[in-house]
Amino acid sequence: MESFLNFSVISDNFTYFMIGRFPHGPLGGVGLTLYLAVVSCVLSFFGGMILGLFSISRFAAVRYPALAFINLVRGMPLLMVIFWMYFLMPALFGKVAENNTVIMALTLFTSAYMSRIVVAGIEGIPKGQTEAAISTGLKQWQVMLYIVLPQGLRNMIPSFVNQFVSLIKDTSLAFIVGVSELTHVATQINNRTMAFPTEIFIFIAVIYFILCYAFTSLSRWLEGRLSWNKAI
Amino acid sequence: MLNYTFDWSTVTSGQYFDWLVSGLITTLKLSAISIVLAFILGLIIAVMRMSHNKPVRWFALAYLEFFRNTPLLVQIFFWYFGSYKILPAAINDWLVSTNFEFAAAAIALTIYTSAFIAEDIRSGVLSIPKEQMEASRSAGFSYLRSMQYIILPQAVRITIPPLVNQFLNVAKNSSLAMTIGVMEMTYQARQVESYTFKGFEAFTAATVVYLLLSIIITSLVNIYNDKVLNVHKAA
Repeated sequence: MESFLNFSVISDNFTYFMIGRFPHGPLGGVGLTLYLAVVSCVLSFFGGMILGLFSISRFAAVRYPALAFINLVRGMPLLMVIFWMYFLMPALFGKVAENNTVIMALTLFTSAYMSRIVVAGIEGIPKGQTEAAISTGLKQWQVMLYIVLPQGLRNMIPSFVNQFVSLIKDTSLAFIVGVSELTHVATQINNRTMAFPTEIFIFIAVIYFILCYAFTSLSRWLEGRLSWNKAI
Repeated sequence: MLNYTFDWSTVTSGQYFDWLVSGLITTLKLSAISIVLAFILGLIIAVMRMSHNKPVRWFALAYLEFFRNTPLLVQIFFWYFGSYKILPAAINDWLVSTNFEFAAAAIALTIYTSAFIAEDIRSGVLSIPKEQMEASRSAGFSYLRSMQYIILPQAVRITIPPLVNQFLNVAKNSSLAMTIGVMEMTYQARQVESYTFKGFEAFTAATVVYLLLSIIITSLVNIYNDKVLNVHKAA
């Protein structure tokens, strides 16, 4: 308690916090956090799109499994999904790298939430658009692909960015299966140095805050920007 | 996978069943304590956020933004590993003398959730017409008293469904408490898996419990929306 807070532990390990042992070893720290978040975000964009479209399909055989999956995942804690993947992926596919296990878990989890955004975006487009498109002779899938989705996607963008912020926060759970992202790096350094837990956890909280707040602000800016000249 | 023989009796009876039940009880206890405290704290922050005093408003805004944009796991670690340097010694001693893991998890969950609840309450308050506030101010109530007697009682009624959903989030988020050794549902499922190698059964049991919890709570919200708020009839 002599020196109140001593942030030298941060400056000593700064590169390790940022990129892990990257040039000489695997990527870690903030770099890996962002990598996990970006890859899972891109994958769950497609996952959410597919699940969302399936969940409003006219065919019950497609709709009910999709709805069941969405509600199943939304009812579970993310930690549980990670454990399921950690446990099932090796049983199904043999050896899988921890990074991929976590990406898989984050993708499944976030897809379920993204699908709700997709559905809301599609439902936000007035029925008249669909009716007009059908009466010009387009098929159902063409209406979705050329008329409804391009307009709906635009309204979904701010929500997608918010989901990305959640993903950045959620990557911290990758710690539990030993993926060396920022939180894991922090606990490692904490275990090694022993004396500076307050400094270390305040520091990574600030890092997460900067990352997330930047994207939260982006999403708010986009919301204002995209809403003023809606086509409809 | 193909040679796996399921043995559901592992998790439906005996010692491992008792573990899972005690895990569920801990999860419910942790969630209940956290949601009640988070509601009180969230209410205070929401009122501060709408205050006319700038420093108070900015403090509330900084609080909201900081705790909403930091992972819960990091906050749990902070309270568990790092809080001793910034808390007064008396509080520290008291915390350590109680169940410290549980206390740290409860503090982190309370603070994290209060930030979300404050926003729910604020949007509830914003949905109350401005004239209500103006009328009560001109009737001689102070700002705080108008909030207390006129605005909040109406706003909280609208806020109940999102609050109940927050309870569900807390129940799910409380699974992170296992990382600091709180023996809640996920911790116990993991424990059963390491003792018996019956991971499939253990995780299924925990998943079913979480699902039941969310189904029950979601149906309650729907009933409340239908019967009390008449949301679907109005729409």
